[in-house]
Amino acid sequence: MNPWYYHWRKIKSSCVSALCLLCALVVIAPLALVLFNLLQKGASSLDLHFFTQLPKPVGESGGGMANAIVGSATLLGLAGLMGIPVGVLGGIYLSEFGSLRMNWAVRFAADILNGTPSIVWGIVVYALVVLPITRYSAYAAGLALGLMMIPLILRTTEEMLVMVPNSYREAAFALGIPHWKIVLHIVLKTAGRGIITGILLAAARVAGETAPLLFTALGNDYWNHNLSDPIEALPHKIFIYASSPFSDWNRQAWAGALVLILFVLALNIGVRVMTRGRTPHLAK
Amino acid sequence: MTNEIHSPALQSAPPAPVPAAPAVPAPPAGSAVTFDVRQLNVWFGSHHVLRGVSLEILPKAVTAIIGPSGCGKSTFLRALNRMHDLVPGARVEGRIALFGQDLYARDVDATLVRRRVGMVFQKSNPFPTMSIAENATVGLRLNGLRQKDLLQERMERSLRMAALWDEVKDRLHANALSLSGGQQQRLCIARALAIEPEVLLMDEPASALDPLATAKIEELILQLKQDYTIVIVTHNMQQAARISGQTAFFYLGELVEFDQTGRIFTNPRQKQTEDYVTGRFG
Repeated sequence: MNPWYYHWRKIKSSCVSALCLLCALVVIAPLALVLFNLLQKGASSLDLHFFTQLPKPVGESGGGMANAIVGSATLLGLAGLMGIPVGVLGGIYLSEFGSLRMNWAVRFAADILNGTPSIVWGIVVYALVVLPITRYSAYAAGLALGLMMIPLILRTTEEMLVMVPNSYREAAFALGIPHWKIVLHIVLKTAGRGIITGILLAAARVAGETAPLLFTALGNDYWNHNLSDPIEALPHKIFIYASSPFSDWNRQAWAGALVLILFVLALNIGVRVMTRGRTPHLAK
Repeated sequence: MTNEIHSPALQSAPPAPVPAAPAVPAPPAGSAVTFDVRQLNVWFGSHHVLRGVSLEILPKAVTAIIGPSGCGKSTFLRALNRMHDLVPGARVEGRIALFGQDLYARDVDATLVRRRVGMVFQKSNPFPTMSIAENATVGLRLNGLRQKDLLQERMERSLRMAALWDEVKDRLHANALSLSGGQQQRLCIARALAIEPEVLLMDEPASALDPLATAKIEELILQLKQDYTIVIVTHNMQQAARISGQTAFFYLGELVEFDQTGRIFTNPRQKQTEDYVTGRFG
């Protein structure tokens, strides 16, 4: 073979490999940059007070985001109360009971809803709930986040259940076990980890949502004692503080962003650890 | 699902009492039949898979179903415990009576039919989230049996019947997937036996196993024959000859011949049967 041609091929190969590596780095770089930046600017403002104290008025230094952290947890809980049962049961229906036409309609709707911008959810709940009762509330915000969770959980639940081999269902039917018990004790149990993974990822996804909260939660600087009152949430607080002209608030916004991303990261890592090496159920 | 009998006449005559072949004793004369199948037709959509099959399956005996792939063997077997109910678009016509009771009658619950007619599949399928012990008792537990001592007793008995007890008694709480392929298949047999069915259907139970494991399963089938009616689908003609008392040959959805196993393999009436069992079949 012509040695010159051989070298030319080697050069082309190296160039394309380098391009691929570069693109891979472009994928990882933002995460590294964001984390590094947040650690640099936010870590110094993180202290015990940040987690235990209410926000201080402008001019006073110190204070924390305790109400926003608890508020975010509350909203996630409310969203889960709505999103998890509806999403999981809907996914079970699609995989185990539904008819072809119904399934097509539900899947199509869920996929459209998954692509709906989150601000739209906020406006919808604002129009349907907040305006009629003339009150911003934790319930309204939880509803907005819960509605966002439904299609996410529904689709992952369905996919996990469909992955359960039919031979298990057949074996169970052949034992004369009623259909609902087969779904509950055999199919759901086999897909359990996958479903929990889907729930955690959906929670991580809505935990950082700000837009739906603008029209529903309103936010404030106090503890929420009544779920029909406005409530603060971490992403919303970050939004307010980051766009304020006060340097002390900006500083706290960095700390809040760090806490939020660490929480989402922890959820994702938790999912990885949980699913690692434990999928042979489905692979087999 | 319709259960009409299109024609009371039999398409093929019931097996005539032929003199017993040397190796296989004839079933006792006058014994009640386990399954009485009359004019069984099965469709998947517009595809007519089983065409007018009629036969009688004798109790406490092994009946083998042989035939080339796609001839309707498994379809026939699955009609016997109403597994086709689960397949959208499947339609069953004709009559299948289990000890005289029509399994497809309107007021018969398919779930109850399947408790009386157990099934073992080609690919072993123990439940992956359960231990060996839990697999053996799952049919009982999910059908409502709760007493611990009774479950324990039934588990041990079914594992012994499946000739698996000695191999697993020290690791009953290990995951079922830690067993070898042959052991998993015997665990599936134990699982089916634990609910004390009257019949055991086996769909090529040894086709995925090595010769040693296959021999164990065959030995087990011969044991179980003492107490159970067994219907087994097999591609392995030596296996059919070794373990069964009667053999049915299916071809293109029809029952071509049904007779004493010895007769089917040595002196079949039909040319097609002879071609198939001697390996001359296309």
